[in-house]
Amino acid sequence: MVATVTTASSHTPPVLSFGGALPNDASSQPVVHLDVDPFAMDFFADPHPTHEVLREAGPVVYLDKWNVYAVARYAEVHAVLNDPATFCSSRGVGLSDFAREKPWRPQSLILEADPPAHTRTRAVLNKVLSPAVMKQLRDGFAAAADAKVDELLERRSFDAVAYLAEAYPLSVFPDAMGLQKEGRENLLPYAGLVFNAFGPPNQLRQDAIERSAPHQAYVAAQCQRDNLAPGGFGACIHARVDTGDITADEAPLLVRSLLSAGLDTTVNGIGAAVYCLARYPQEFARLRSDLSLARNAFEEAVRYESPVQTFFRTTTRDVEISGCRVGEGEKVLMFLAAANRDPRRWADPERYDITRKTSGHVGFGSGIHMCVGQLVARLEGEVMLSALARKVASIEITGEVKRRYNNTLRGLESLPVTFTPA
Amino acid sequence: MPSITFIHHDDRAETVSANDGDSAMYTALLHGIDGITGECGGGAVCATCHVYVDDSWLGKVGAVGADEDELLEGVASERLPNSRLSCQIKITEALDGLVLRLPERQV
Ligand code: HEM
Ligand code: FES
Repeated sequence: MVATVTTASSHTPPVLSFGGALPNDASSQPVVHLDVDPFAMDFFADPHPTHEVLREAGPVVYLDKWNVYAVARYAEVHAVLNDPATFCSSRGVGLSDFAREKPWRPQSLILEADPPAHTRTRAVLNKVLSPAVMKQLRDGFAAAADAKVDELLERRSFDAVAYLAEAYPLSVFPDAMGLQKEGRENLLPYAGLVFNAFGPPNQLRQDAIERSAPHQAYVAAQCQRDNLAPGGFGACIHARVDTGDITADEAPLLVRSLLSAGLDTTVNGIGAAVYCLARYPQEFARLRSDLSLARNAFEEAVRYESPVQTFFRTTTRDVEISGCRVGEGEKVLMFLAAANRDPRRWADPERYDITRKTSGHVGFGSGIHMCVGQLVARLEGEVMLSALARKVASIEITGEVKRRYNNTLRGLESLPVTFTPA
Repeated sequence: MPSITFIHHDDRAETVSANDGDSAMYTALLHGIDGITGECGGGAVCATCHVYVDDSWLGKVGAVGADEDELLEGVASERLPNSRLSCQIKITEALDGLVLRLPERQV
């Protein structure tokens, strides 16, 4: 029933190979060119049919609209994610190639870095967001989720995006970071900007960058040591300056990584989970009868909706991906969302199944850059779904569901629901 | 192929064969062994692949690394002297017959 866990194993030919093929070598496969814009509004409205086209066209495709190679099948996405020496991040994980274009903001020291530089900064954030730290946060995050659901049951009918998917992470994450109370309204616009900026120079990206000055100023100030409360993730990052793991110049940029990636992602992750449970009441019923499924129900929502849809890499050398030759210095777009529904890897991929063995999905990436905040995301998701399952009998969609448009993030603008108390 | 025996918290034992070079965590996932979650896919981030190594094998599975040691501080069930993260145990012929006990909870 469940597809096998796929990585390079002895009986399947390797996805990646090097050095053999010359340009136009007869042994390499032609790459299919597609006239698809995966950053257009009509694509965002319903990406799944196009994801299927991308997957079925071949193991590698070329998108003429933006002059990039792309991979949409699980095996190829997984292989690209797991070969950072060939598919680097230091030239940017968006469309813009930092070797040719100046980044729109100072380059990230973790997301947009390669080993060995990445190894050092990653070790710092791994420690700041470790399982032991999650143990300490757990009770507080769970109590906040319970309180939020109680408040929403008083309200009965509300927009689950603003009042739940945004409100819950906003009630726990900025405090966990140690941020000041003032100015937090900048956080979501800043994250929206960051994730739009990975995309091509379309209207979404241009508008976001044009309006970015106040949000950037806010974030830059919050990343400074003096503005971060003791005990929070931010202060813990700065404390690593004292131990010599990072320099005083590096600490604010690492704080910035958490402010960029730590809030909007979980908003869309929790939004995805609530949207799934509202659409598939039988799965909500299963969750209510077995609370231990809460964590996997969130994980499956991350696979199913893939809040982070795409990331890019840049090739550092000539490579063949499943027989398709890609030269050095090329951008490769990875469709995480399409990989997460690849029927080659997943049985019944279009089904939201809270008991699915989700292990191996690439919603949090894979390999050395795999989400460093995944434990924070899962903690928030798990305690929220557990609170919903204990306290709410049914979640009914009671108005028009509106999509929010972003070059990288997938989520909703509005999800009107009514809760029935358990 | 080396074989590994996983003993569940309720003493149920499952013996599976592993590919040389795979991790014990990966082997468990491949065979659908409940009781190992492996949320981070072996990235040494999540500590949900916790196992207790049978005492007779402790000397053969290698030492606990510094990062692994810190991660073990965050495991959901009690950390014992024979606690390991199974994604950090690489299976070789020398580990044929390895016995790993599974903790009560991974999260
Ligand atoms: C459901 C929520 C989330 C999703 C879907 C998500 C997704 C991802 C993905 C796909 C990557 C890989 C990027 C790459 O390979 O280039 C990533 C990396 C990262 N994430 Fe998350 N993320 C989430 C939550 C968080 C949270 C809560 C934080 C911070 C507390 C965070 C911080 C980061 C950082 C700093 C990186 C870069 C890691 C590196 O390059 O080594 N994320 N995330
Ligand atoms: S699988 Fe995550 S630490 Fe072993």
